[in-house]
Amino acid sequence: MAERVVDRNHEYVRIEGVTKRFGEFVAVDNVSLSIYKGEIFCLLGGSGCGKTTLLRMLAGFEAPSAGRILIDGQDMAGIPPYERPVNMMFQSYALFPHMSVLQNVAFGLEQEGLPRAEIERRVAEMLDIVKLGEFGKRKPHQLSGGQRQRVALARALVKRPKLLLLDEPLGALDKKLREHTQFELINLQEQLGVTFVVVTHDQEEAMTLASRIGVMNKGQITQVGTPTDIYEFPNSRFVADFIGSVNMFEGQLIEDEPGHVRIRCPELESTVFVSHGISAPPDAKVTVAIRPEKIDMSRVAEEGENRAKGVVKEIAYMGDLSVYLVRLDSTRLVRVTIPNTDRHDERIVWDETVYLSWQPSSPVVLIQ
Amino acid sequence: MRTLIATWRNISRPRNWVIAIPYVWLLAFFAIPFVIVLKISFSSMQPIQPGYAPLWQWVEETQRLVATINVDNYQALWRNNLYVSTFIYSLKVAAVSTVLCLLIGYPMAYAIARSAPTTRNLLLMLIILPFWTSFLLRVYAWVGLLKSNGVINNALLALGWIDQPLTLLYTDFAVYVGIVYSYLPFMILPLYANLEKHDFTLLEAAADLGAKPMTSFFKVTLPLSLPGIVAGCLLVFIPAVGEYVIPSLLGRTDQLMIGTVLSAQFFSARNWPVASAVAIVLLLLLLLPILLFQRYQRRELEAAKR
Repeated sequence: MAERVVDRNHEYVRIEGVTKRFGEFVAVDNVSLSIYKGEIFCLLGGSGCGKTTLLRMLAGFEAPSAGRILIDGQDMAGIPPYERPVNMMFQSYALFPHMSVLQNVAFGLEQEGLPRAEIERRVAEMLDIVKLGEFGKRKPHQLSGGQRQRVALARALVKRPKLLLLDEPLGALDKKLREHTQFELINLQEQLGVTFVVVTHDQEEAMTLASRIGVMNKGQITQVGTPTDIYEFPNSRFVADFIGSVNMFEGQLIEDEPGHVRIRCPELESTVFVSHGISAPPDAKVTVAIRPEKIDMSRVAEEGENRAKGVVKEIAYMGDLSVYLVRLDSTRLVRVTIPNTDRHDERIVWDETVYLSWQPSSPVVLIQ
Repeated sequence: MRTLIATWRNISRPRNWVIAIPYVWLLAFFAIPFVIVLKISFSSMQPIQPGYAPLWQWVEETQRLVATINVDNYQALWRNNLYVSTFIYSLKVAAVSTVLCLLIGYPMAYAIARSAPTTRNLLLMLIILPFWTSFLLRVYAWVGLLKSNGVINNALLALGWIDQPLTLLYTDFAVYVGIVYSYLPFMILPLYANLEKHDFTLLEAAADLGAKPMTSFFKVTLPLSLPGIVAGCLLVFIPAVGEYVIPSLLGRTDQLMIGTVLSAQFFSARNWPVASAVAIVLLLLLLLPILLFQRYQRRELEAAKR
């Protein structure tokens, strides 16, 4: 997807060396991070990686054990959730079951002590934006999952927060609705100019929503970057493996020049030639990571570097593309995806011998 | 007729006999005694056995069945100030005790529901523990605590906080202490059962939307705990109105509660017809809150089903 422009001059949230301990367990480990005004920042990671704890510290439900959180330049230490310029959309939505949709959405504005007429106007306006205008009188249990999600969103957004925190916002929706809602969320964010911090374990969700992604693992931020950065230039084996699928080969650096490197991998017949330099000590152990869609597959044998020969063991036809598992002579399985561009193509079948190749610019060399 | 046959078919099926047991129980130990009491309440006192006049009699001379319905007993209740004031006093004592139980029990139930699961069981155990001793014994123990040379007065005298023993026993205060002490678990347990199910994230959501803790409590926790409050209040109020043991042991001698009057009429005055009328009126008075409670419960159940 297209990268959105982020105004890097306008830092809105600043997290400085934040650590959170629960007894012996370190949930968030010395995280420093800047989030800019108007962006959608995704915290991506598996369960227990500390992403939700970090979000809850932004909302004020947990206090950092060490470090500082600044929102719009103001230190948030000791400021309770009800005094923060931040609103949160909960994973479970946390709608008040005894209140109607209107009452739920009006709740936050009532706390500000606004006049009745203004509350009613803003609630009606917000319900129109999330297309729930006719559902004001319903109770949450009379709504579908998607409608509840939109009530939760409206309830948080009606307060006009500068920063909206979203905890797995699409987690409870089915796949079709999720895709639709993703784009609605982005539109809404652009329309209202709110800064979003989204927590998710779903990399696809993070890729579509985010202007930048922070990948978290074991309480630490492993990499921060645009979706393209994270996918094409992962900085560690963890990130490469976590985002999308990847073929990784252990290897040894045999030639290290500023403009290119050569690596020998025991699992591959030919050497791997990479058309960019890396910063690693000579003879270092490295990992070569190649994405499945960047590998070409053909029936015709060719000589040279960046090649491998194998036999097709599994085929998964997905419609738009097909996934092949190819067993190399070294018994190593390699994942290759080929787009199904031609309807009448004579497709490669099981147990065919195939020749794999890739461009020198395709592999990523990982040292960590 | 068709429904009758259908009912009979249902009854004759052996697997339905299992649920017949509670019905037989209710019939034998509630419905039949109730009808008997109702019958006695419309009869008049008679010095010979069984103590009340029969409601209908076969008169030989006229060859007719004569029924004598006597409403004097009910009129007596209405006309006699003693009964009216006793009923009002009983309702007042029960109402005040219920409110006190709610005020004391709600924070306790809330604290238990919010405590860690391991301590929660211990705390619940402590609430239930008093049931392991006899009710009568526990109420009687309060006599020892409250009397002029009882534990409380002696302690206060020893501390020098008072010069004269306080009159604690045989007062309204003593009755409230007794009822609140005895019925508090009936308030706490339904409240706990309700509060324990509350979703804590709702309070976080309220805080996130700008509500201070007090506002969150009154706008979120309290309305959601209403079913528990209603259940607890009825469980305290209904038995407290007819309470007999506590006011007899701890209460005033110049103002009786209806349970005491009922027992006196039955066993001392041996005026079964009037005593029965008192019992019937008491039942009707209590039927109202019970019906309200049942309607409320049914509504809750329907709401939960949706």
